[in-house]
This record gives sequence, structure tokens and C-alpha cells, in this order.
Amino acid sequence: MSKSLDYENLNENVKKCQYAVRGELYLRASELQKEGKKIIFTNVGNPHALGQKPLTFPRQVVALCQAPFLLDDPNVGLLFPADAITKAKHYLSLTSGGLGAYSDSRGLPGVRKEVAEFIERRDGYPSDPELIFLTDGASKGVMQILQSIIRGAHDGILVPVPQYPLYSATISLLGGSLVPYYLEETANWGLDIGSLRQSVAQARSQGITVRAMVIINPGNPTGQCLSEANLKEILNFCYQNNVVLLGDEVYQQNIYQDERPFISSRKVLMDMGPPISKAVELVSFHTVSKGYWGECGQRGGYFEMTNISPKTVEEIYKVASISLSPNVPAQIFMGLMMNPPKPGDISYDQFNRESKGILESLRKRAHIMTDGFNSCRNVVCNFTEGAMYSFPQIRLPPKAIEAAKSAGKVPDVFYCLKLLEATGISTVPGSGFGQKEGYGFPSANHHLACGGGHARDHGQFQEIQRQIHGAVRGLPRVLENVRGEVVKQKKASAAVYCWDFYVTCCKNFITNYC
Amino acid sequence: MRKFAAEKSKNLLAHRKICAVSLQHPTASVFSSQSHHNPLPQSSILLRFLSSAASNPSAPSESMASDYSSTPIKIDSINPKVLECEYAVRGEIVNLAQKLQEDLKVNPDSHPFDEIIYCNIGNPQSLGQQPITFFREVLALCDHPAILDKGETQGIFSADSIERAFQILDQIPGRATGAYSHSQGIKGLRDTICSGIEARDGFPADPNDIFLTDGASPAVHMMMQLLIRSENDGILCPIPQYPLYSASIALHGGSLVPYYLDEATGWGLEVSDVKKQLETARSKGIDVRALVVINPGNPTGQVLAESNQQQIVDFCKNEGLVLLADEVYQENIYAPDKQFHSFKKVARSMGYGEKDISLVSFQSVSKGYYGECGKRGGYMEVTGFAPEIREQMYKLASVNLCSNISGQILASLVMSPPKVGDESYESYTAERDGILSSLARRAKTLEDALNSLEGVTCNRAEGAMYLFPRISLPNKAIEAAKFVKTAPDAFYARRLLNATGVVVVPGSGFGQVPGTWHFRCTILPQEDRISAIVSRLTDFHKAFMDEYRD
Repeated sequence: MSKSLDYENLNENVKKCQYAVRGELYLRASELQKEGKKIIFTNVGNPHALGQKPLTFPRQVVALCQAPFLLDDPNVGLLFPADAITKAKHYLSLTSGGLGAYSDSRGLPGVRKEVAEFIERRDGYPSDPELIFLTDGASKGVMQILQSIIRGAHDGILVPVPQYPLYSATISLLGGSLVPYYLEETANWGLDIGSLRQSVAQARSQGITVRAMVIINPGNPTGQCLSEANLKEILNFCYQNNVVLLGDEVYQQNIYQDERPFISSRKVLMDMGPPISKAVELVSFHTVSKGYWGECGQRGGYFEMTNISPKTVEEIYKVASISLSPNVPAQIFMGLMMNPPKPGDISYDQFNRESKGILESLRKRAHIMTDGFNSCRNVVCNFTEGAMYSFPQIRLPPKAIEAAKSAGKVPDVFYCLKLLEATGISTVPGSGFGQKEGYGFPSANHHLACGGGHARDHGQFQEIQRQIHGAVRGLPRVLENVRGEVVKQKKASAAVYCWDFYVTCCKNFITNYC
Repeated sequence: MRKFAAEKSKNLLAHRKICAVSLQHPTASVFSSQSHHNPLPQSSILLRFLSSAASNPSAPSESMASDYSSTPIKIDSINPKVLECEYAVRGEIVNLAQKLQEDLKVNPDSHPFDEIIYCNIGNPQSLGQQPITFFREVLALCDHPAILDKGETQGIFSADSIERAFQILDQIPGRATGAYSHSQGIKGLRDTICSGIEARDGFPADPNDIFLTDGASPAVHMMMQLLIRSENDGILCPIPQYPLYSASIALHGGSLVPYYLDEATGWGLEVSDVKKQLETARSKGIDVRALVVINPGNPTGQVLAESNQQQIVDFCKNEGLVLLADEVYQENIYAPDKQFHSFKKVARSMGYGEKDISLVSFQSVSKGYYGECGKRGGYMEVTGFAPEIREQMYKLASVNLCSNISGQILASLVMSPPKVGDESYESYTAERDGILSSLARRAKTLEDALNSLEGVTCNRAEGAMYLFPRISLPNKAIEAAKFVKTAPDAFYARRLLNATGVVVVPGSGFGQVPGTWHFRCTILPQEDRISAIVSRLTDFHKAFMDEYRD
């Protein structure tokens, strides 16, 4: 009798789903690493893996919550500051059973209240804790919401291209249809409503009901901050087209310029007043993985629902309850993120110093990276306004595309493999993120997104910087190699095409240099 | 009776089929694609006014006061699979319990009891069970490694917890507990888990077979997602079952194929009966893909005999079924004559290797003597799957990046607790044995108390954390339940809650032989509360029977 779970009879949606951040390139890089090659993994925004140190205060509080017996130890003050002890007691009082008990499936009510207060301070509009659900990272929240929305292949979700592959992967797993809309690279990755309308019209002509629209603000991997005017257009669009807006706002702390601060979709929605403010359904996502926290390993996040009908909220609650509860330590991280030390607290100075240090360093790196890329031949890069990535475009000869074809690879996968073998930089091909189809050729833009590394000290940072510059400077050489191969086959045509690929810097970088 | 059960399960199957077919034509989508933004009709504005005036004046924020008639997502346009799934452990009764708890906060005299006792869910630490000190020491140190090098730390933490924390941190690339890990979990921790499995089973385990997950539930979801292509795919599940399975199958759009556990033989699993159900399902065109076995049983508490497990293994092998073994209660064994055997050990002992049977074993940090529910740690060990299937599993895991690191560390700790000679060994065994023997005593006390009630019979809890007594309800009570449109066991559970503050889950949430009524009650309240619970339960049941006795 054959196995029940043969590849042939696997759920088709599972097979269809692609998750580019950890795909073929990542596996090949792991292989090379096993062979003893030094590999710079650049596939995920994972700052602590690059050596960014966690903020001290939240770690102290959570450690105390893990080991509440320490609170009774007369010597606890030798290891932990008084305000961390107070905070730990506060969070333990919000639980019944400490970190070891399931919480409410939506998260601890006390923490959701802190989230609501944070949102109110941020936006100037009240927020209802009952409409805030804590999740194991933002990804889980996105999956929960998409699961509620998608009924079948005729349900479409508007997703920006380039996008964070979580969306394409989840939509395909759930059997829905991804409806792409393109971000305009020449307008600093701005969102063009005209192109959005086109995408919707095209989807509708194919019998797809467009149910929801994803925006990533600040953008991943594109790094742009949406302007208030742009957000208004988007909300108007959602209102007119009866579309739920899913606002991925996980990079809201990562802003590297002052001209365009982060504005939440919810604030803009409320500013617009009725009828729009009471009609547009909005779900906003946040996480402890990004910002200056970067606590990816905790898997903490939340989503806030606005204008979602109470019955639907109940259903979402029911589905959340099947997973019992989000992990409690991360809920406390989330509470602390919403409610960090205040001026006058013992730990305030240290917390402030650490968080500012991280942000300023990221801001510096955003400038250095952009400038570095722009100084390279055949490379153009928009400034990283926010998030954790720069996303330069690299122009390549068409011969390379042909070489890829003859190697049986998608051109950008081929390119990334070449890059990996030549430089040890592990990247994710642009086709995993989606890219504009230029000049009638598939997958044309090559992008390289660098997180810039997270150094422990200045000297180390300079070293990393040199390495990154080296890697960037090395790119044209790699391109030459590709060209060399192509020349062997056929003379190049004159047209120049673009590809995308995507790089964030990685842990071995640090491990290798400290 | 068994015949009757089989007949009923056929009906159940047929019913599911009908549901599933009707789901294929969600006419709602046609409407939603046509819907445009219309100005609100007068009546709905009036309705909004009325409803907001009637609701709690302090509650609604801007968004809550909105009218939803113009919004695109209606209850009939959300995913019908979401609507269909049910999860009884946190359903209507629990909502009522939370409401009563709020009442008590406002006015402690509002009900004939002074607190709510949650016996609905296996959440031991919420009822006062203390965590294992050693595990928490290690977790605290891993969360705040900055103190590892400090002299004071040695005065406060045990030496072996410090050593273990160092070991674990060394296994984490960059010692970064705040970083995403490999999507299957940190390799070093998987190695540790495999040593634990080997020590348990006497057969080797491969770290590449381990997927660390946020509790066992996401692992179950992942397997359902892999297996279920449509409503024509069936999963054999025990009845009564833990509703995670029914909910997950419904969410992924498959069909639950029930097989009944036999209450009369201590919730025995009769393979010939499972085979009958399989054939019935197949004759209806259902492609049965997997068999779920929960051992020790939830909610039924039975521990399978090794010979029974061998039959199950052979059955799955012969029928080409994936064996999904829920083994999260493997440490919770109370009957001295019973022992836990993992299905993998049983299969390997029978001489079946990697390529002979597809087997998934689920384990969790939420159960056992550790009961660390809030950590969301767990793993599945998958064996007998082709490499290309493994790739697909890895891909699915990677979409969610990784499970939480604290939970991963804890999963490695429960599979490799302190050993003889370690500084913490004695305190660890004392804590562990204290919890387990107390659970055994609580199970016995509650079981005896339930069996002494009129019309109640209760099998012993050989393992796990629950009792699942059967109540013979008088016709009058059944009529009264019908009158308020409630299942009789839910009616009983509601009345019990209102009278005593004790929260249990009606048997209908788990499935039961039609015409029988049960409830699930955890054995988790602390020992000093058990006698109070018993007397409240006894008084309530007597009063209930006096009211409804035929």
C-alpha cells in the first residue's frame, strides 16, 4: 500500500506556496557553509543574530517573571534594579499563574490595555482593548486575518510588489488569489492609485472579488514611508472599493529621516472623519521583532481591528482560541514595548541610551548604505526612509538572462547563486518578492537590501562597513563573471534589463569578525 | 450499542458531506463582488441608534459605535470554514464563567460562591501549580544572560542551572535568544531533544526529524494543512476527542471520520471498529489519510496497552495511513499498572523502520508535571516521510519563521531534566514527584466522588489530566434542556456553573455516543480545594436530581 502522504497527493496549496526568504538560495548557502565556506546570510531582518544586543530593561523584567521566586530573594537587588522588580510584579499581577499559564486567547487583558493606551497616545484617538489581539509575532496575526477573509480562489488580496513574501505564501496556502499592485521605484517606491485601480479592474475582469489590500508602511523590502496624502488616497480607495485594509506597520519605530515621520493608517482614517472613518475596515499589525527592540526570537505581536463587525471579531476570537493563547513571555515584551521606562525611572537613562544608540546607528547605516550603493557602477538606490533594508537596483546585460535560461534557472535565482559562489553573500532572488515586469521580460530588477550589520562597537562597525562596501564593490565583478559566461554563448543585444535581488546582512558576518 | 454507534457515525459522516458540499457554493461571494457603497438606509441608522443606546454606555469607542452594514466583510462573507469550526474548551460555558467572575469582582455576594474554579482546561499553573524551579532558573538566565558572569548570580541560582544556561547559549548562534532561529528550531536544542527521545525509547532519533513549534497545536495544524486537500480527504479521529482535531480539520476543509472509544472497556480502542469506520468512509468516497490517536487519552484518560498499539501500527501500515500520535500527556501516568510507550518505540520494536510507516509524534511543554502552558513550547517528531515531503514541511514552518525561543529552550529542558548527581537533581525530583503523586490523588478522589453520585459513572483516569464522567440525565432534565434549546449536557454544565462556580466542558464538545451525556473535568485544582469541589459538586448534583428526577 502506498504512503498516505506522497508528494503527488499533498495539499496543492502547500506545494504552490513559496517562501522566498528561506528558499533555494538559503539551502544552497547552508550547504556551502557545511562545506566550510564563510557565508554571509542575508535573508531575514534578524538584528540580534547580527550582534545587536537586546535592550537591558525588558530582559531584566522578563527574567524576573520567568523566575518569580527571585522576587522573594533578599539578594535580588544585587542583580536587578528596583524598577525592573516593580515592573515584573506588575506583569505577574496581570496573569493568573504567571508565565506558565495560558492567557486569554486574545492575550492578557492588562497588556491589551497597555497596547490600547499606546495607540491612543500615538494617534490621539481612543482604542478599545477588546479589539486588540496579541499574537505569536505579527505573522500569526496576518495568517489569522487572511484565514478569515479568504474563502477560495475567487477571493483576491491586493499585495504590493515588491512585497514581504509572508503575504504571497499565506495567500497561496489559504487558496486565495494574490492581486499585485506595483510600487513605483522612480517615485521613491510610492503607491500610485492609478496603478492600483488598474490592478483591481484586471482582477475583476478575471472574476476575482478583491477583498482586502495589504500595505507595508514603512515598506519591506522597499523602505519607504507613506505620506499622509498617500494614505488618504489609499483609504479613499478602500472605501470606494469596499476593501479591507491590512496595515503592516511593524517598522513604525524604524524611521531614518525627519521629513516624513511614520503616520498610522488608523490615525489618518480617524482624521478623515465620517463616513469613511466609520466604514473602512482596518486591521493594523505590530511586533516586538522590529524597531530598536528587534526581539525576533520572542514571537510577540498584536493586531488591532477597526470597524470590523462584532460578529466577525467573535469568529476571529474563536479561531484564536483553538491555538489556546499566544506565548506569555512575548506578551510581556509587548507590554514593555508599549510602556517603556519613563523619565525619572531608575532604568530610564540606560534604556534611553540603548534605544537611541540603536536607532541612531541604524540611521547612520541607512545613509552609508544608500551612498555606498549609489557610488557603484550600474547601481541606483532610493534612500532608506524606514524599516531595515536598502533596496538598490542593479542593471545587468540581457546576456545574463540568456545564460540563466540555458542553465534552467530563473534569471535572478541564477544571479543569486552566482553571487553566492563568488562572494559568500547569501541572498534572496527578487522573484520571491515579486517585481515589475519590465520590457516584457520576466523578473528583471535586481535589488540588494542590506541591514548594515549590528556592531558591538565602533571599530567593529567600521570593519563591517568595509566588508559591505567590499561586497557591494564586488558586485560588478560578479556581473562581469556572468557576462563572461554569456559572451561565450551569444553576442549581447543592446537592451539593458534590470533584475531584483534582496540582501540583508547576517550573523556570520559578526561571528566571523568578532 | 456498538452497532448503533457505527450507524450514527455514518450519519455524522453523511451530514459532514452535505455541509462540505454546500460550502463549495458560497453564493455570498457573488453578492459581495457586486456590492457597492450605498448610503445607509434609514432603518439601519435607526437600528444602530437603538443598539448603541441599549449597549453599555461606557464601553464603545469610536469604532465600536460604527454601523457595519456598509463594510465589506459580513459574517456571511467570511471564510465558511472559520464559521464551521468549533472549539468547545473555550466556548459558551467559559464565556459565562468570565461574566460571573466579573460579577463577583463588582459584588462578591452576587452568586452563591465566592470564586470561579476553572476545570475546563488543562492549564495547571493558572490553578496554582508551581513551575519546576530548575527549568525557570535556566529560562531566566537565558533571557538575561548579562548576569551569567556576575558573582552574585551564583548565590541566587543553582550551579547546574548556570551551567545549563551556558550550554544552551553556546548552542544558539551568536548566543542570541532574541533572534529568529532555524525554522525547525535551534539545532543544538533538537540534538538534546533527540537524546531525550533515545533515552525514553531505546531507539535513535534524528534532529532533522524534529520540528519545534509554539505548543503542539501549530504542529497539528501543519499536518492537517499538508494532508487535507478537500472535503473528500478524511482524518480518523477518536470520539470523544480533543476538539483541536475537529476544529483543525474543519478549518482546513477536510472531513472528520469518527471512531468510537468504548466506555465500557475503559475507553478501549478496538481496531476492528476503526477498520469498519474506515471502510464506511471509503465507501462514501472519502480518501482517508491519517489516524489520530491520543495516548494518554484526552478527554478520556486511558493509557493504551502496548499490544493495542501494535495493532494500531499494523493497521496504519496496512491501510496506508499516517499515524498522528498525540503524546503530549506522556509524563501524566497515574495507574501503577500502566506505562507510556511511544508509538515510535512500538513501531521500531516491531521491526518497522523509517520507510515502513509514516508516524508523527506530538509533544508539548504545556502538559506533564511541568504544565508550562503559557510558554507555547512543543515539537513534533516526523518519521517515514519522503525528502520532498520534508521539504514541504520545512517550507510551511519557514513561513512563520520560527517558534518562540523560550518555548524551544523549555522543550529541550523537559526532554533532558537534571540527572543524578546534578545539584538540582533532588529538588527537581521532589517537585516532579510531588506534582505527579498529588495529581494521582486528586484524580482518585474526584473519580470516587463522581462515582458516588446518582446516575453517574466515571472511568478511572489512568493518565492525562481529566475525568470524563457519564451522567444519566432524567428525561425531565432533557426536556428542560430542549426547552432552552441547549444540549442536555451543556444544560447540566451551565447549571453546575451557576450553582457552584465550577467550570466543566460538556461532553458534546468532544463527541460522545449519541444519547449518552458526559462532561470533562480537569483534575488540576490544588489538593486543598478538592474536598470543597467535591462537596459543592455533590450538593449540586443532588439538588439537580431532586429537581428533575423522573
